[in-house]
Amino acid sequence: MAAKITVYQALNKNAKKLHEDWLTQQMQDEGLREDLISNEELRLESEEFLKTFLAAIKDDLLEDSNSSNFDKLNEMLAGISINRARHGFSPRETGYYIFSLKQAIFKTLEKEITDLKKLYTEILRVNKLIDSLATVTFETFIRGREEVIIRQTNEISDISTPVIQVWDNILALPIIGTLDSSRTQVVMESLLMKIVETESTIAILDISGVPAVDSLVAQHLIKTVSATRLMGAECIISGIRPEIAQTIVHLGIDLSGINTKASLSHALRFAFQTLRLEVRKKTDKTAS
Amino acid sequence: MEKIPILKMGDFLLVTVQIDLYDRLALNLEADLVNMINKHQAKGVLIDISAVNIVDSFMGRILSNIAQMSKILDALTVVVGMQPAVAITLIELGLPMTGVRTALNVEKGMELLKRNRILDSEEEETTSTDEDDSAE
Repeated sequence: MAAKITVYQALNKNAKKLHEDWLTQQMQDEGLREDLISNEELRLESEEFLKTFLAAIKDDLLEDSNSSNFDKLNEMLAGISINRARHGFSPRETGYYIFSLKQAIFKTLEKEITDLKKLYTEILRVNKLIDSLATVTFETFIRGREEVIIRQTNEISDISTPVIQVWDNILALPIIGTLDSSRTQVVMESLLMKIVETESTIAILDISGVPAVDSLVAQHLIKTVSATRLMGAECIISGIRPEIAQTIVHLGIDLSGINTKASLSHALRFAFQTLRLEVRKKTDKTAS
Repeated sequence: MEKIPILKMGDFLLVTVQIDLYDRLALNLEADLVNMINKHQAKGVLIDISAVNIVDSFMGRILSNIAQMSKILDALTVVVGMQPAVAITLIELGLPMTGVRTALNVEKGMELLKRNRILDSEEEETTSTDEDDSAE
């Protein structure tokens, strides 16, 4: 009788014990982050997962983890690992969650199945199943982390392109970091919107924070300048470092149609001249 | 048949494009405008495209064509009020429209035309005085 017991029956019979074993396994891991997840939460999460797990293996079809029986389980596992990825768990911690279940299951099976040969085959089957679950875990964990990275990249590109109004009708746009096409798009759009908003006639593009200029970046710069011109504003490029000037000439990029100035202050001075403004030191009348 | 009105303001012509330009309309505008420049001996053309949201390469070409034609007829073309999205589209299409003067709004465009007119007349004066000098 005992020899004919299925994995499901064995596990279901000892569900409580299995849960406890699993939790003990998880707690034993020194990497357990009690600061990120409380014991109570972990207990509830594990209980829920175990219930779904048992429901999934009810028909004793352990081999095919893609079958519809496992849909709910995979979904839940994905939810757990994405959640963990977002909360900053390490891959090891997330992986251990599922691998520790393996230990707990083996322990239960060892007790329930006395026939060694049967035990061996069943353990192999369970092993395979849990491995495939672990794959799901890692896949979704990494996807979760990638989402975080993409969000941060977007945030960086949003905050790193401020358009500043330095004077009436003069805008400055310090560009920091590499200009790629998606960033150029953001830069161009925000600059043009700001030109419309402030009715500015001069825009200063300061590229002292751009680490390197290749022909693509130069192309993007030229595009931005041309778009500004189409809007009816003049564009000055400032902050070109000597190395960048060298690269530009070596690459054979023609910037002759574009106003370039050495520094932001020179560009500002040029802008004042164009707008017929004058900045003068205040003369002290009492001194004379 | 829709038609884009061309208004005369002193020496200048004012064109306000209120609808999206389709090909036929743009071609008619080109022909009408050239005729009007000739008829009124206009010195400047101001095209306001602030209401235009969609452009294609054809429209970009028509605008540069108009600018070149009026240049031949001794009138300066200023395109004003281009939407940022339109500007980006034209650049991405590879039409930087180098021959076309631009301004942010009608007011600034008018200023540009007037300033250009004053420069022109000053030049005329200096050349005429030069001729006087040489005559003496």
